[in-house]
Amino acid sequence: MASHDHDNDHAHDHDHEHHVENFWTKYIFSQDHKMIGKQFLITGMFMGIVGVFMSMLFRLQLAWPDQKFAILETFLGKWAPEGQMDPNMYLALVTIHGTIMVFFVLTAGLSGTFSNLLIPLQIGARDMASGFLNMLSYWFFAASSVIMLASLFVETGPASGGWTIYPPLSALPQAMPGSGTGMTLWLVSMTLFIAGSLLGSLNYIVTIINLRTKGMAMTRLPLTIWAFLVTAILGVLSFPVLLSAALLLMFDRMLGTSFYLSDIMVAGELLHNEGGSPVLYEHLFWFLGHPEVYIILLPALGITSEVIATNSRKPIFGYRAMVGSILAIAFLSFIVWGHHMFITGMNPFLGSVFTFTTLLIAIPSAVKAFNYITTLWKGNIQFTPAMLFSIGLVSTFVAGGLTGIILGDSALDINVHDTYFVVAHFHIVMGLSAIFGMFAGVYHWFPKMYRRMMNKGLGYLHFWLTFISAYGVFFPMHFTGLAGLPRRYYSNAEFPIFDELQDINVIISMFAILGGIAQLIFFFNFFYSMWRGPKAPQNPWRSNTLEWTTPVEHIHGNWPGEIPSVHRWPYDYSKPGHDEDFVPQSTPLKEGEVGH
Amino acid sequence: MTGLLMVVVLFLAVFAAAQIMRIYELSAKARQEREYEVTDKDNNTQGRYMLLFGIGLLVSLVWMMMTWGEIMLPKPSSLHGVEIDRLWDISMGLIIFMFFLVQPVLFYFAYKYRGRKDNQATYYEHNNRLEFIWTIVPAIALAVLIIYGLTTWSNVMNPDSEEEPMVVELYAQQFKWTARYSGADNTLGFANVRLIGGANTVGVDTTHANSADDFLATEIHLPVGRPVLFKFRSQDVIHSAYMPHFRAQMNCVPGMETHFQFTPTVTTAEIRQDADVQGKVERINAIRQAKGLELYNYDYILLCNKICGSAHYNMQMNIVVETQAEYDAWVKEQKTIAETL
Repeated sequence: MASHDHDNDHAHDHDHEHHVENFWTKYIFSQDHKMIGKQFLITGMFMGIVGVFMSMLFRLQLAWPDQKFAILETFLGKWAPEGQMDPNMYLALVTIHGTIMVFFVLTAGLSGTFSNLLIPLQIGARDMASGFLNMLSYWFFAASSVIMLASLFVETGPASGGWTIYPPLSALPQAMPGSGTGMTLWLVSMTLFIAGSLLGSLNYIVTIINLRTKGMAMTRLPLTIWAFLVTAILGVLSFPVLLSAALLLMFDRMLGTSFYLSDIMVAGELLHNEGGSPVLYEHLFWFLGHPEVYIILLPALGITSEVIATNSRKPIFGYRAMVGSILAIAFLSFIVWGHHMFITGMNPFLGSVFTFTTLLIAIPSAVKAFNYITTLWKGNIQFTPAMLFSIGLVSTFVAGGLTGIILGDSALDINVHDTYFVVAHFHIVMGLSAIFGMFAGVYHWFPKMYRRMMNKGLGYLHFWLTFISAYGVFFPMHFTGLAGLPRRYYSNAEFPIFDELQDINVIISMFAILGGIAQLIFFFNFFYSMWRGPKAPQNPWRSNTLEWTTPVEHIHGNWPGEIPSVHRWPYDYSKPGHDEDFVPQSTPLKEGEVGH
Repeated sequence: MTGLLMVVVLFLAVFAAAQIMRIYELSAKARQEREYEVTDKDNNTQGRYMLLFGIGLLVSLVWMMMTWGEIMLPKPSSLHGVEIDRLWDISMGLIIFMFFLVQPVLFYFAYKYRGRKDNQATYYEHNNRLEFIWTIVPAIALAVLIIYGLTTWSNVMNPDSEEEPMVVELYAQQFKWTARYSGADNTLGFANVRLIGGANTVGVDTTHANSADDFLATEIHLPVGRPVLFKFRSQDVIHSAYMPHFRAQMNCVPGMETHFQFTPTVTTAEIRQDADVQGKVERINAIRQAKGLELYNYDYILLCNKICGSAHYNMQMNIVVETQAEYDAWVKEQKTIAETL
């Protein structure tokens, strides 16, 4: 490991800068990783409110399609005349709900927040490798958020072709109103988003590889950092492919090219395009789209590993196997994208290949699940709200992962593809698991971010309401999917065969509304505690990792003096021969003590 | 005015909640407790809730399977559908078994090992043998599933029927389906969107020899027991031809032709006699009667299952499976495209 003597001088510079800080450099154009992390979190939370609120609106429509709701007209205006939602607006809501939740909340909000906050703190660095790029990465994200929100207000409505925006539907304004200006803004927004995400990811990789403190070997990294590193690598390798897909789509829309278009007559108009293929777009999209699932999930798994070990007061079981399975999942995630395309007319032989690679992912995933459970075994579990959410994550990861064995099997996918069975599967395994990981992270590192403690009682209430309503929403969806109900249907009333599913739809919507309202508890707790919560001690969870050796008050450069050196792995909890049930990484080995 | 009132009420509610929180926290402080610290009492309560939730989760899943089992699709009406359903049952059995194995352990451990102040966790960092077991056992189970799955997939996608399949084109456009039958020569004439005009709604090249006997239909009729090769085209955006009762689905992609072949095995008349189906129809008609809607008779259907625009939710077509004689009679009534032009 390279020595970091220069860091001391660096810290001195930072102290100096501290004096000239004003409102703009501290809160707005901050280059401090802790502030940038908080900016990502607050923006992500705001986008989360929008995304979840949209889902509540379309759940109203799905449960009670004949009823008129004044609230719909209040929020949707001309798109819900007299409280009756327009089918185009329904499609717009599901599209933007998906886009916001996948990219803005669970990619930027989750990975952006915790990678920024934790990477320098946990590896023992003064800041990110490039504070300036880091600031840019947030501002690209902020700009893309603003544009995405602005697209909600254009006359023809926001993008409505589903979050996967398959052309030709998304390429042709004649095909649906949402493919007009709304779609252009969607593409511009995502272009900025990708640029920001790349800047962030490059920074994370460089920081983790180059700026670890003395003694912080790769095998001593907390699993959070492993997860952030692999996530960043996935992002760097796959997001540019989505960017190229989006650019080609823009060319088709604006310059008359035919990358994705061929032999089309839409709304009575014959188009000149010839030779393109929508399937090309699908390949490009899912080449990002599948790794994206793990870009979302891995940080949540990393956070959970940390929270479960800390609160079980036990080492994470099978550290090396955990790292190995993260790497295996990441590698496999690049060669499974075709399982989204079994029935696109792709050569059936390719379907066989993708079935094979997809089902392999179950193996490292199973290892992770079993290792989490073994970590709990003979632990001394402290049920902090973060711990509850982490256990919730393990439960949803198992529940949703198992149905992946069905959907990854091409022969079985034929009949459930694009039904509610799929909606149930990915919401549980990716949506719920990731959002639970995010909540766990917020409850766990809130004292590090805001120097105060969140309220535990409200945290408990928030968890149980969320957990119950989450299963209440998504478990019944498996059954409507098995009844053959396709997703993205504005109403099921046109098919008498689906009449008997209406009761289930009502149950789902009620849980969805309960779950949505339960989040108000979290927001109240968050903002109340930020200003009025009790002052945090330095190491409230009695944790081993380096971030808890920094002072409670935030300073540039993180540590007032020298950066602590690392002498052991981060999971020495309840190690025999020590007085306390935790041994921080900065504690030297005792004489005769064997390190990990 | 109501809006303003709502905002005021909301503000007061948040304010009141904040005050209650404040009192709660001050009283905790007066008792010299730190609210955020997890006590043994918390661990006991939360551990019990975990156990209760685990039990509730499993019980509710069993309840759902018992109550909603009947709403699922009836038995498959195609040759390959039986094979798919067999694979389905095996995979589903396996994952339900795993679910009922892993979830109870998770919630039980959470309960059993809930923390106590005087307790210490066991320092247990890894066990190569254990980890080897739970890598290799899933690997074996998945190897079996993969081999079985790939065999099924290959049988479904490359069916080797001795009989020559009947060729039918399904033509998709916003927001309707059209079926084009290949007629006596069993070969579809060339077609392209550029040839659409007037009554020629699917762009058939009428000068092409093979198109002379092609005819269009607004309902799919299939003779039972005869393999049918569907060829799919789309005029505008991607659609997906979903025929759930036959376990069949394929996207319709503009600019290319896709296909899917299967053999229907149960006629519409027969499926209507099926006990499950009759139960389903009774339940549905009870609902429809209560709403004053027209009563329903069971039919096979083709749905669009790829988002395609505002009326995506109502892009459907009936499928009628009938005896060869009934089918022949129906074909006789149809007019060729050439005749309609």
